[in-house]
Amino acid sequence: MTATIAARPARAERAERADSDRGAKAFNRLAATCLTLFALIWLVPFVWAVITSLRPDNEITANPTTPWSDNWNLEGYRGTLSSNPIGWWYLNSFIVSSLSVIFTVVVCSMIGFALAHLHFRGKPLVLGIILAGLMLPAEAMVLPQFIEFRALNLLGTYWALVLPAVAAPVAVFVFYSFLRGIPIALIEAARLDGANWWRIYYQVCMPLCRPAISAVAILTFVTSWNAFLWPLLVLTQTKSQTIPVGLSSLIGGSAIQYSQTMASAVLGILPLLAVFLLFQRQITQGIANTGIK
Amino acid sequence: MTTTAGVNTASATPLPTATTESVRPPAGENRAGWFFVAPFLALYVLFLIGPVLIGLVISFFNTTTVRAGLGDWVGISNYTSVLRNSDFWASIWHSVLFTLLTTPLLIALPLLFAILASRLTRNRWFFRLAFFAPYVVPSSAVCLIFAFMYTPETGLITNAFGWVGLPAPNFLGSEWGAWFAVVLLTLWWTFGFNFILYTAAIQDISEEVYEAASIDGASPWQQIRSITVPLLAPTTGLILLLQVLASLKVFDQIYILLAGGPDQKTRPALQYIFDTGFTSYRGGYAAAATMVYFLLLVAISAGWYLVRRRQQNSVIG
Repeated sequence: MTATIAARPARAERAERADSDRGAKAFNRLAATCLTLFALIWLVPFVWAVITSLRPDNEITANPTTPWSDNWNLEGYRGTLSSNPIGWWYLNSFIVSSLSVIFTVVVCSMIGFALAHLHFRGKPLVLGIILAGLMLPAEAMVLPQFIEFRALNLLGTYWALVLPAVAAPVAVFVFYSFLRGIPIALIEAARLDGANWWRIYYQVCMPLCRPAISAVAILTFVTSWNAFLWPLLVLTQTKSQTIPVGLSSLIGGSAIQYSQTMASAVLGILPLLAVFLLFQRQITQGIANTGIK
Repeated sequence: MTTTAGVNTASATPLPTATTESVRPPAGENRAGWFFVAPFLALYVLFLIGPVLIGLVISFFNTTTVRAGLGDWVGISNYTSVLRNSDFWASIWHSVLFTLLTTPLLIALPLLFAILASRLTRNRWFFRLAFFAPYVVPSSAVCLIFAFMYTPETGLITNAFGWVGLPAPNFLGSEWGAWFAVVLLTLWWTFGFNFILYTAAIQDISEEVYEAASIDGASPWQQIRSITVPLLAPTTGLILLLQVLASLKVFDQIYILLAGGPDQKTRPALQYIFDTGFTSYRGGYAAAATMVYFLLLVAISAGWYLVRRRQQNSVIG
């Protein structure tokens, strides 16, 4: 068997491989074309919103599908900024998201540190509780949560938005798995030097934890900036609303003010799009890590 | 107070040898441990466990949402009326229908495009940008843009139907038009999340497997079908769970774009709780609905967890 085939070995095989290489190249070219086409389609809503926000309304009604204007202008932006307290909405969203980030990073990294490097009674129980917390659908509990916050007299305050966001089991696991990677020898060495646990946490572990911190910080910021249902229930005053809640009140309002509506949408998109463009890598890696591990 | 003191004493004690495998940790370390755990645990009990217990208690009372106070004990009558209410079951069905419509799309398409993207070496940032950017946009901004594109006559998507020779459905006014509108919006908005999860999982597959396969003359399509997709099965399982849970909790898009309409034909479970609790102010009743819905969601997570554990055990055993 082998002897007969050995007579014509290399050439046929090489031809076959060249053939499959050519196939692979054609396949990759096809893949690139498909993907690019799809990605361009995915960008259409963004582009369309920007274009519309810069066109005058009468032109939109006359030629709705023309992506061009003879009369580019910023009237839409002027209109929405003067009729809606968008500045306040930005400010509220920014304060709530920043406070959520600070508290989540501190509180969740602390417990992550304890679980990874300290021995204390009841540790398996605490781990189990947090693991179970991953399964709790917190978003479904808005009604009892509302009643609780009313009893605590916190409705309408920033705290009502920040406090529930801080208890994030996912963030704990991100810190926990990252901190477990820090060698115990390093921590023992710090102990030998007489550092107390707080200093080990603060000066040894946290500086090594930057990737985990940035992942948790950015994801918390995005989640809390985009939260809708809970802020809708908690913040009833127009001026105290966040961007998503404020914007939602514009829908179905004045149907003919297309450019103003799209200008509002663009303003709602801009801050987070900027955050995303700046931290693209950290965001996508953070999602990959929290989702899979 | 005592816990802070505990950290200081921990620093004062000479050195608790961490290497000794003692069952009881040194007192100082024990107290330090609880000092680090306490803030999270307090918030967790207050704002994650707390609402569950409060919901459970309230569901047995005729609490109203307008006034403080519990109201009167009504036994299980809230539960019996929730379970007999056809509007409640309709809203559960809408959430399930939304899940059935979105989950297959939001698994198959991201899988396909992540695989295609993994075969390319250049311009990956561009695909990541295009596909993932929508995910960081607030739901109401997405709804504003799509509502405009769905407008009869002037909307871009309405006109796009005409370009390919199809009659555009009444997107916001008819039942199936509304489902189409909200599913397409959701696909655009959340596609990137699953795309990123798949992309990360594909990167973890060793290059050698592919090299071996291509030396054996396997075509790209064969490689994808018999290497990539099977090796991604655990990831697919996880994404399936995350997607089902996320879809069952749908609220934002349907509430903002359609207000549950037309004629409450798309109202999801979460909006039913919202309406009964905050528009009709029937707190106790809405709490009972919350608990039923809560049990459904927890049962799915727990079921998935048990199935996965059994699979892992059978692989090992």
